[in-house]
Amino acid sequence: MKARLSIIAFAQIAVVAMLLSVAAASGLAWLAGASPLDAVTALAWGSVFTRHGLEATLMQATPLILTGLAILLAFRSGVFNIGAEGQFLLGALAATVVGTQLPPFPGQALVALAAGALAGGFWAQIAVFYRLTRGVGEVITTIMLNFIALYLISWAVSGPLQETSGDYPQSDPLAEGARLWTFGDGDSLHAGIIVALIMTVLVGVLVKQTPLGLRLRAAGLNPVSARLAGFPVTRDIVLAFTLSGALAGLAGAVEVTGLTGRLFARIGSGYGYTAIAVALLGGLQPLGVLAAALFFGALGAGAATMERTADVSAVVAVAIQGAALLGLAIVAALHRGWLPGFAAAESSEAEDAG
Amino acid sequence: MPAEILLQSALLFATPILLAALGEVLVERAGILNIGMEGMMLAGAFGAAIASQATGEAWVGIVVGGFTGMAVGGIFAFASITLLADQILVGTAINLLALGATGALFRAIRGGSGSYFLLPPLEVIEVPFLARIPVLGPGLFTQNILVLLALLLVVVFSFVLKRTGLGLRIRALGDHPQAAASLGIAVARERTLLVLFAGTLAGLGGTCLALATATTFVEGLTAGRGFIALAVVVFGRWSPWGVFLGALLFGLASTMQYELQASSFELPHQLALMLPYLATLAVLLLVRGRSREPRELAARYDRL
Repeated sequence: MKARLSIIAFAQIAVVAMLLSVAAASGLAWLAGASPLDAVTALAWGSVFTRHGLEATLMQATPLILTGLAILLAFRSGVFNIGAEGQFLLGALAATVVGTQLPPFPGQALVALAAGALAGGFWAQIAVFYRLTRGVGEVITTIMLNFIALYLISWAVSGPLQETSGDYPQSDPLAEGARLWTFGDGDSLHAGIIVALIMTVLVGVLVKQTPLGLRLRAAGLNPVSARLAGFPVTRDIVLAFTLSGALAGLAGAVEVTGLTGRLFARIGSGYGYTAIAVALLGGLQPLGVLAAALFFGALGAGAATMERTADVSAVVAVAIQGAALLGLAIVAALHRGWLPGFAAAESSEAEDAG
Repeated sequence: MPAEILLQSALLFATPILLAALGEVLVERAGILNIGMEGMMLAGAFGAAIASQATGEAWVGIVVGGFTGMAVGGIFAFASITLLADQILVGTAINLLALGATGALFRAIRGGSGSYFLLPPLEVIEVPFLARIPVLGPGLFTQNILVLLALLLVVVFSFVLKRTGLGLRIRALGDHPQAAASLGIAVARERTLLVLFAGTLAGLGGTCLALATATTFVEGLTAGRGFIALAVVVFGRWSPWGVFLGALLFGLASTMQYELQASSFELPHQLALMLPYLATLAVLLLVRGRSREPRELAARYDRL
C-alpha cells in the first residue's frame, strides 16, 4: 500500500515540479520582457534534452547531492544545521591547501577529499561545543560560522593562498594529481558525481539499516524518550552533526578538485542554503535528496542555457527553485503524510521503524 | 570616534536587522518560525529602491517597501497557515523566490547599462527634547524615521507582550494554541495578521537598508541579514529588549569594522569584516543558561 502510494506521490511531485518550473520560467521571462516560449525551450534543452544539457545537470547536481545529504543527516537527528555553507567552504579551503601547498604525491586527490571532509567536520565542532557546553543552539552559531568562513576564504585567496602571479583574488590551480578524474563531452563531468552517488548509498544504509540510524531518528523525534530508552543521545547527536559537517566539507572539496580547480571567494555561493531546500524537498530520504538535487541541478543547467539563448538572466533559476519548492510544500500539505516536510517524513519514518 | 557618532552609526547598521527581528519575535512568540525573513527584507528593499528611484521621493519608497514585505508575508501566511504547508519549507522557498525574482527583475530593469542606483536619502529627524540629551540624544534620537520607528517598537512590543491582554494572547498562540482556540481565539486568523505585520516590518528593514544604510540597491543586497535577524531573536531570547541589544551589538561591531579598516592598524579587511560574527560568538560564550523557545514553535496547527 505504502509503496504504491509513494509511486503516485513521486509522479505527482514530478509533474507538479515541472509544471511549476514552466510557469515560473515563462512568467519571469515575460516580466523581464523576453519570450516565454524561448525561455522554456532553452530551459528544457539546456537541462535534459541534449547530452551537453544532461552533463551540465549532473555537474550542477553533484554539490547539491552531497550538501543535501549533509542536511538530511542533521535534520533527521534533530540537529538544525544551517551551517552547510560554511562547512562547504572550509572543505574547499582544506582541499586547496592539499592541492596547492604540498609537493605532488600519489593519491593526492583522495587526500584532498579526505582533508575537505575533516575540515567540514571540524568546523561543525565549534557549533557542537556551543550546544553541549553553553546550551546555545546551532541555528545561531552555524549562521555566524557561515559568515566567518566566507571572510576566512576571502582573506586566504587574497593573502596566503593567492596565486603566485598575484593578479586575482584566487588560489593557484591545483596540482594535476589533486584533480578528480573527468569524463564526458568537454570534460565537464568529473568523478564527483560518483562520490555523490556512493555517499547517497552509504547514507541510505546508515539511516535505514543500522542501529545508529534508528537511534538518530529516535533522538530527532523525541530526545527525551530516546534518552529514557537508554540510547547514548548526546554521543549520537555529536556524531550526526560531525558527519553532516564532513559531508558538506566533502562537497566543497569535490567542487574544487573536480570542477573549479582553484579556490576563490564566491565558490559554491548559496549551496549550503539551497541544500536545506533540497533535503526538505527530498523528504529527508536519501533517494528523495538525490531526485531533488537532480531537479535543482537541471534548473540551474537549463537556466544557464536560457541566459545565453533567450536573454533571461540565469538568476531566474533560483526563483524557479523557490516557486517549485513553494508549490510542492503546498501539495505535500494537501496530501498529508505522503510527502516531504518535517512532520511527514517523521511519521512515515515512525512506520518504517515500527 | 566620538561616542555619539559611534552610537548613531551603530544604530543605523542595526536597524534593518532590528526591524526584521522585532517582527520575528512576535510571530515566533505566536508559534510561527519564519525563516523567510531574508526574502521579505530583500523584496522590501527592492520595492523601496524601484519606487523611490522612479519617483525621487523617499517616502514613496517607505510605503512601497513596507507593502512589498507585507505581500511576501501574505504568501508565507497563506501557504503555511491557511494551507498548513511546512513552515521551514515555505520560508526556504520564499528566500529562493525573492533572491531569484528580485535579481532577474533588477537586471531586466537596469538593462545592460550597469547604471548605479542612487536613491533619495531618508531625512534625518531631530526628536524634540530627547535629541538634546548628551551623547544619547545625537546617538539615538537624531535619526531617520525608520530608526526612530524601530526604537519606538522596542518599547511598545515589550510593553504589549508583558503587560497586556493582547500580549498574553500572542504568547498563548505560541505555547498552547489548542487552549487558545478553546477560549474562542481564532488561531489561524491572528497568526496570519501577525505574519503580515512581521512581513511589513521586514520590508521596512529592507527599505532602511536600501535607502539609509547602503543608499543603493544591488542584487542580493540583504546578504544574509535576514538570517542574522533570526540569530538575533535567539540571542535576545525572544524579548524585544534582548533583540535590541543583539542588533545593537551587531551594529556596533559593523561600525568598528569600518573604523578598523580606516585606521592605520595593519589588519586585512576581510578579517575585520568577521568582527560582528566573532563578537556574537564571543558574547554567546559568556552567556550561560538555556532560554526557552515558544512551546509549539514551527508545529503544524490544525483546527480539530
